Amino acid sequence: MLDRRDVVKTLLKDRGDLLVVAGLGASAWDITAAGDNDLNFPLWGGMGGAVTVGLGLALAQPTRSVLVITGDGEMLMGLGSLATLAVSTPKNLSVVVLDNERYGETGSQKTHTAFGVDLVSIAKGCGFCRLRLVHSQGQVSLLREDIHKINGCLFSVIKISDTNADLVLPPRDGTELKNRFRKKLLGKLAMHQN
Amino acid sequence: MMKKWSDLVHKVLKREKVRQVSFVPDAGHSNLIRLCEKDKEFICVRLSTEEEGVSLSLGAWLGGQKSVVLMQSSGVGNTINMLSMLSICQSPLPMLITMRGDWSEYNPWQVPMGQATAKVLEDINVPVFKAYQENEVLPMAEGAIRLAFNTYRPTALLIGQRVLGAKTFGEDND
Repeated sequence: MLDRRDVVKTLLKDRGDLLVVAGLGASAWDITAAGDNDLNFPLWGGMGGAVTVGLGLALAQPTRSVLVITGDGEMLMGLGSLATLAVSTPKNLSVVVLDNERYGETGSQKTHTAFGVDLVSIAKGCGFCRLRLVHSQGQVSLLREDIHKINGCLFSVIKISDTNADLVLPPRDGTELKNRFRKKLLGKLAMHQN
Repeated sequence: MMKKWSDLVHKVLKREKVRQVSFVPDAGHSNLIRLCEKDKEFICVRLSTEEEGVSLSLGAWLGGQKSVVLMQSSGVGNTINMLSMLSICQSPLPMLITMRGDWSEYNPWQVPMGQATAKVLEDINVPVFKAYQENEVLPMAEGAIRLAFNTYRPTALLIGQRVLGAKTFGEDND
């Protein structure tokens, strides 16, 4: 089984100007463990909202690749957002679900995916044109290349082991996370937008 | 003839350089939605539930775009936890909300959320403005939009059924 930290480290290798949003919980720790970055936006709340944060960002920055990394539990809470994303058709947004079939932060209770709910089929039904189900490190490397391409929204599920990794926490001041992201992305406009 | 409130609010959204307009449709918003969809300056995002419009707005602001969300008051109940994202990140979002469950409502099922709408928004520290007359909509919308973007916070304008006309389910006497 794939290890979540290895997977995320591979996905974010030589990330260039990739914009990254992570759903709350372990996904946020994973992107931080791969290297904290001003262009990371790790969520500490708003469960179910990661995909739509990514969508708003992708629509605002159509020439930049945007990556949402989240867990199966977080994705399940916002299934409708897959439909919203698919019909909004941004070309520059990739969603990666790290699927351990568990709510890892609350005692590893099983999620719906442990009972066969198939997120890739749901995304397919929503109309995603690029779909990936990933089981091997080689496929993760190919996926890394795909998320940098701006040619239609991509949805992928990566099956990972259910072992919890060390806590590597990002800053938790939301205003600081927002301001550093905007300063890095927008420059001077960040503080004087009207 | 006086211009409709939705025509005036559409112009305000353009003047304030709002780019992303997200919505769960409501009859009261139908004209404003139509105007925004016809207007190439706006990216319109149809939502499957209102809370998506809240998280969408944070992403839009991270990317340097202003957004508004249009919804019915019943949808406010779907947004409450997601609104914590905007207060904790100091991220702006004017919410334009058409009321159900208040003046002259026919459907009893709309009343609990309609009557709680202002209260739950105030409980999570969203400033709430109310327009009960047609001529109040424009100044209240301008104020709610400016407060949101000038001071980086979610704000709400509740547009009353007195302005919109209550839905009558075929029992209208006219």
